[in-house]
Amino acid sequence: MSETDAIPEFKKSAGGDSEVGITNMSALTSGPGIKSMGEVLAIVLVAVVIIGGTELLLNIFAVPQYVLPKPSEIAVALVTDFPFILPHLGHTLVELFVGFGIGAVVGLILAAVITQFPFAEKIITPYILLLVTTPMLALVPLLILRFGFGYEPRIIAVALAAGPMVMINAATGFRRVDRGKIALARSYGASTLQIFWKVRAPMALPMIFVGLMVGSIFGLLTAVGAEMVGGGFGLGNRLTSYSSMIQMPQFFAVVLILSILGILIYVLFFLLGKKYASWEA
Amino acid sequence: MTAGDSKQPKLRVRGATKVYNTRSGDLLAIDRCSLDVMDGEIVSIVGPSGCGKTTLLWSMSGLHGLTSGEVLLDGKPVTGPNPEIGMVFQEANLLPWRNLDANINFPFEIKGTKPDRVWIDELLNRVGLEGFGGRFPRELSGGMQQRAALVRALSYKPSVLLMDEPFGALDAFTREEMNRLVEEIWLDTRTTIVLITHSIEEAIFLSDRVVVMSPRPGRVANIHEVPFPRPRSLEIMSTKEVFDLTNAIKAEIVGTQQSRFPSASAQPAQVA
Ligand SMILES: Nc1ncnc2c1ncn2[C@@H]1O[C@H](COP(=O)(O)OP(=O)(O)OP(=O)(O)O)[C@@H](O)[C@H]1O
Ligand SMILES: [Mg+2]
Repeated sequence: MSETDAIPEFKKSAGGDSEVGITNMSALTSGPGIKSMGEVLAIVLVAVVIIGGTELLLNIFAVPQYVLPKPSEIAVALVTDFPFILPHLGHTLVELFVGFGIGAVVGLILAAVITQFPFAEKIITPYILLLVTTPMLALVPLLILRFGFGYEPRIIAVALAAGPMVMINAATGFRRVDRGKIALARSYGASTLQIFWKVRAPMALPMIFVGLMVGSIFGLLTAVGAEMVGGGFGLGNRLTSYSSMIQMPQFFAVVLILSILGILIYVLFFLLGKKYASWEA
Repeated sequence: MTAGDSKQPKLRVRGATKVYNTRSGDLLAIDRCSLDVMDGEIVSIVGPSGCGKTTLLWSMSGLHGLTSGEVLLDGKPVTGPNPEIGMVFQEANLLPWRNLDANINFPFEIKGTKPDRVWIDELLNRVGLEGFGGRFPRELSGGMQQRAALVRALSYKPSVLLMDEPFGALDAFTREEMNRLVEEIWLDTRTTIVLITHSIEEAIFLSDRVVVMSPRPGRVANIHEVPFPRPRSLEIMSTKEVFDLTNAIKAEIVGTQQSRFPSASAQPAQVA
């Protein structure tokens, strides 16, 4: 017995569960995970070189601030203007959370329901594809006409951008039928609902996380874009107003905040995926 | 112990016929199969690939219905999955997002009953998986996964155990080990077992009777008694009687189908 216990890789040759990982978390988990202190050091070093190099080059060639501000100027703008930018960040986050929340919930429910009915799925899928591929930003001027310059048009646009993304990925997950595992559950007398919650849903989880990540990033883009179209608040509004006033350090400070926000979203779902769906990574 | 002839059969298959309706037309998978399995008996089913063994076993388990014929468990028709019946699939079929303990709890969660921890721990001990409860399937070897699947199927004490090539994916050595384990557990529990296998050796080692099926549409071509006492030692397994029986069964299968039969038995299958 101890013969085989000692060789965990043995499972591959035995079939095991290796067939499950057709669509996997690769988009999330096969990313370059940081491992050693050396790698962290290397990444920091590259950043220092890039930022320092840019600073140096901009100084040497005396590039004017309105073309490209120096990293040091951006840093100063970030610190001094942060109290003023902060409420705008708050507005953007509200739009993102509410819009993404609505879109994700509706998308997940639709994906779960639709995949149970292959016929309905065939009919609906082209429309979902249409929603995925249409840039929802295009609708924002229309939404503003109808709903004004408040949160509503932005939240609607975010929901419309994120929802289909979540749905299409989650549906891919729910569609993964492992006949063996469903037969296993049925052999214990499992109901359709039990099969859904105890087999289909866990099996779909990795793809659901992929959908949530892509959807939230899309939501962020759409929120900022919608803010640039109209309305007097939000990070997108800051971008248009800073650029029109040629306040380039402030402009880039906002861009930096947006990048950090995007990375934080990525990391959040990466960690969630690792915690709850790492079994097939 | 051989088939008790006076008792009434535990599992009774009568005229089992199954037609699959596929896109390319109807396919007769099994045709009027009849088989009685006595209480506490071990019966193996062998036959060429695609002859309908799995189809027959699924019908016995109630996982799918028959086109005609019936399956009776203790005299009552089986119309759907039955808590009395345990199923071991060809692949270990552990849920990869659950650790070993959670996998073994799975049937109980579905059934809404409480797991018998004492019995489960004893089973885990016996198969050498004690202390692995927190491990995930990917951290277990193929043999360990199969053992876990066996424990899961036995955990709720089914009175009938159906196994579909449970050790087919294992190497010959691990397979023999698993066979001894099944024998040991059977000597203790006397569970009625129906086992599909591609290995005639495995069939003879474990069974009271070996059922040979014809190529598709699968029919019961022949039934061999295996009258050797248990536990079956290496000496018994290397007697001339076993050798002759192995060859007789092999000839029946190979005779019905050009040597397509991939067997892991001691003799090379090139008879054609
Ligand atoms: N769900 C299904 N739908 C249509 N045809 C099926 C289905 N399942 C099995 N068959 C067909 O029925 C026949 C018997 O299949 P079955 O799986 O029972 O054979 P088997 O004896 O178990 O084969 P193997 O030894 O290779 O596992 C095959 O020809 C197969 O193609
Ligand atoms: Mg089969």
